[in-house]
Amino acid sequence: MAMASNWLYALAGGLLIGGGAALLLLLNGKLAGISGIAADVLRGSDGGGAWRIAFLLGLVTPALIFGLRDVEFAGGPGWLATSGLLVGLGTQIGSGCTSGHGVCGLSNLSARSLVATLTFMTAAVLTIFVVRQGLPA
Amino acid sequence: MRAVTALIAGLLFGGGLLLSGMTNPAVVLAFLDVSGHWNPALAFTMTGAIAVAMPAFLYVRRGSRTLRGEPVTLPNRTRIDATLVTGSTVFGIGWGLSGICPGPGIIILAGGSVQAFVFVAAMAAGMLASPWLGQLTRRLAPVVTTAKT
Repeated sequence: MAMASNWLYALAGGLLIGGGAALLLLLNGKLAGISGIAADVLRGSDGGGAWRIAFLLGLVTPALIFGLRDVEFAGGPGWLATSGLLVGLGTQIGSGCTSGHGVCGLSNLSARSLVATLTFMTAAVLTIFVVRQGLPA
Repeated sequence: MRAVTALIAGLLFGGGLLLSGMTNPAVVLAFLDVSGHWNPALAFTMTGAIAVAMPAFLYVRRGSRTLRGEPVTLPNRTRIDATLVTGSTVFGIGWGLSGICPGPGIIILAGGSVQAFVFVAAMAAGMLASPWLGQLTRRLAPVVTTAKT
């Protein structure tokens, strides 16, 4: 039962995510690539970017209203800092993350995004494998 | 107006990430850890998101206009190069360590935990450092090549 409802929540969540990406594209003409949006806000790159702050504000609001359920971290501050640094660097060098390449790029039938998505998925799967099972002897 | 529609898009996106379970790093790691008690539920999240977003992309791609009639330029870069693969690999390693990618990372800040703050601060540092790192590698590349020959 719990398993079936997990799948339903996962699917329903996906439909909402797709809806958000579709809306931003259809009405604002922008891609919902979160690493790109966040980096542009950090760099303060252009003057017409109020939509970026509005999008990020919208992103956190549901968690502020409904509360986060479980957030179980895989490690302490040092582990998370290492992870965060690699995520920040990698998404900038590779021009996108799970949302930009994975959701928007694949929806846009981009071969470039397909390669990026397969690459980061494979790297993530291998990383957690090595972390939990150790390097194969 | 532009900010209002972006806010609504963000609300849907953030609500979706929250509902899907992606804001719990342990759920994401259970999806990525195919060798353990693999939980494939998040495959539905990706599939569902693409199923809804793809028609919008196809629509905009055909007309190159938003519903408001404004011109849109979709990225049409096709270059698949070492930069794309290197960056995606680095991102994947980071994601595999914690189970947190940028969207959920920003959302878990709402919980106010030290761990979430540390992750996002490090991610921001990485984002800001990447142009500088690019310059450094370009500057070091000739040195490495010279050293090899």
